[in-house]
Amino acid sequence: MKFSTLTRHIREGFKSILRNGWMSFASITSIFISLLILGVFILLALNMNAMASQIESQVQIRVFLETDVADDVVADLQKQVGNIPEVSKLIYVSKEEGLAQLRDRMGEDNSDWLEGYNNENNPLPITFTVEVFEPKLVKSVADQIHSIAGTYETSPVADVKYGQGIVETLFKVTDAIRNAGYIVVAALSITAVLLISNTIRMTIVARQREISIMKMVGATNSFIRWPFFVEGALIGVITSVLTTAIVLIGYDQIINAFQYELSFLTMQLLPVKEVMALTSLTMIILGSFIGIWGSVMSVRKYLKV
Amino acid sequence: MIEMHDIWKTYADGTSALNGVSVKIDRNEFVYLVGPSGAGKSTFMKLIYREEIPTKGEIFVNGFNIGKLKQRKIPYVRRNIGVIFQDFRLLPKLTIYENVAFAMEAIEAPRKVIKKRTMEVLELVGLKHKHKSFPSQLSGGEQQRVSIARAIVNNPAVIVADEPTGNLDPDTSLDIMNLLEEINFRGTTIVMATHNKEIVNSMRKRVIAIEHGNIVRDEQRGEYGYEI
Ligand SMILES: Nc1ncnc2c1ncn2[C@@H]1O[C@H](COP(=O)(O)OP(=O)(O)OP(=O)(O)O)[C@@H](O)[C@H]1O
Ligand SMILES: [Mg+2]
Repeated sequence: MKFSTLTRHIREGFKSILRNGWMSFASITSIFISLLILGVFILLALNMNAMASQIESQVQIRVFLETDVADDVVADLQKQVGNIPEVSKLIYVSKEEGLAQLRDRMGEDNSDWLEGYNNENNPLPITFTVEVFEPKLVKSVADQIHSIAGTYETSPVADVKYGQGIVETLFKVTDAIRNAGYIVVAALSITAVLLISNTIRMTIVARQREISIMKMVGATNSFIRWPFFVEGALIGVITSVLTTAIVLIGYDQIINAFQYELSFLTMQLLPVKEVMALTSLTMIILGSFIGIWGSVMSVRKYLKV
Repeated sequence: MIEMHDIWKTYADGTSALNGVSVKIDRNEFVYLVGPSGAGKSTFMKLIYREEIPTKGEIFVNGFNIGKLKQRKIPYVRRNIGVIFQDFRLLPKLTIYENVAFAMEAIEAPRKVIKKRTMEVLELVGLKHKHKSFPSQLSGGEQQRVSIARAIVNNPAVIVADEPTGNLDPDTSLDIMNLLEEINFRGTTIVMATHNKEIVNSMRKRVIAIEHGNIVRDEQRGEYGYEI
């Protein structure tokens, strides 16, 4: 296609958007709303994911041994657990270290509570802190530790603890948000496609005479179709760029306004520059797609060339 | 230039408009198509510019077998055929200049060529000074001249005119006929359907009469031949 032809199609597309003022406005509004909701969902999902992986990374398995396990059994157990393929790291925490760690965690204020305890009457058991390669594997690793313990005459393991419950809940919440997002965005996208295709249909009807004259003087079909594609695509692109800007600016405002209020939570909202690429890419691609799809539908159906 | 071999045309609703028409029109001829209303004149012309395709028979325009044309090629063949209607068919929101230039834009002519050529044909039809006006600001005769300018702007080999003077008074009709004669003189084949007895009888050309979908008369320098 010649450059001058392309500019002509773009010019015609723009003119047509202005000429069909109200219908264009309706399509723009509907794409705007779909994309706005999509944007909010993307940002929510990204932040939830970040939170989930932050918590995940803190997931460890703690193996509490019985208090009276013989040293060679402890050594054997440590070796066997360390040999589980999914285990990335195993830290041996002696009774003394356990007590020191507990003191640390309780802090100054509550130290009286542990006053009477020293290395002679340390009530704590030996523990292993086990880390796994994949947070999702903690349950299976914990089960394996249980079955290893079961091979001894009397189980040297008192308890195996892991924070999986929290992670699972979190995953369920992120999944639910994501699925709700998909459904809402799909429904709104379809509405937007229909509205755009209706806008284009109005353009086609309004330009019936022009189209028949174009055909009469020998315009090719693609020449006749192009301005309608351009019109749909323009509505999609312009709206999605606009919406993306609004969503990201709004997000930035929220981060700035609430950075102190939210600081009591250990988590932090992701900074704009980390969410920008994915959010704008998804929104602009979807917006353009909606626009083009709407016009293709209309041109197929109503433009008999 | 135009050849029809045993052309039949039956519309979708069963109306038969042409019943075995054969005719040969040479390059640079000027042909009047006459006959009563409903005889099949417009159908004859629609087959030439491929608005309709024949139910049976073959039609060649400028060497192309119009009925068998691939969809993709139709536009290129139409560029060789200028069409003029009784109701002008101008675009009301475009200026006279734009209405004519539009036909060149549609076939993707270079911008510079468009400007030069558009002004040239507007001058030929005597409306250069009104190129900025809108169709509604022009008389019927002037509007028809604009539509003629649009029909010839892409230099077609053939012009098909369906009652071009049907909406015009006698004097204005004469103007239009002089213009068409001038265009024919410059080398364009013209086929014109008309009910205008005065014109046919005063500008003696080839006359083809159609009745009930058949050619009943074909004379060089013929007459209108019907009483109104
Ligand atoms: N699209 C159509 N569908 C069905 N029948 C049609 C169609 N167009 C024309 N006809 C019929 O075909 C016949 C020939 O019509 P056509 O328009 O060719 O006549 P005409 O000679 O141009 O008449 P007029 O002088 O009134 O313009 C008529 O009976 C008409 O009703
Ligand atoms: Mg007719």
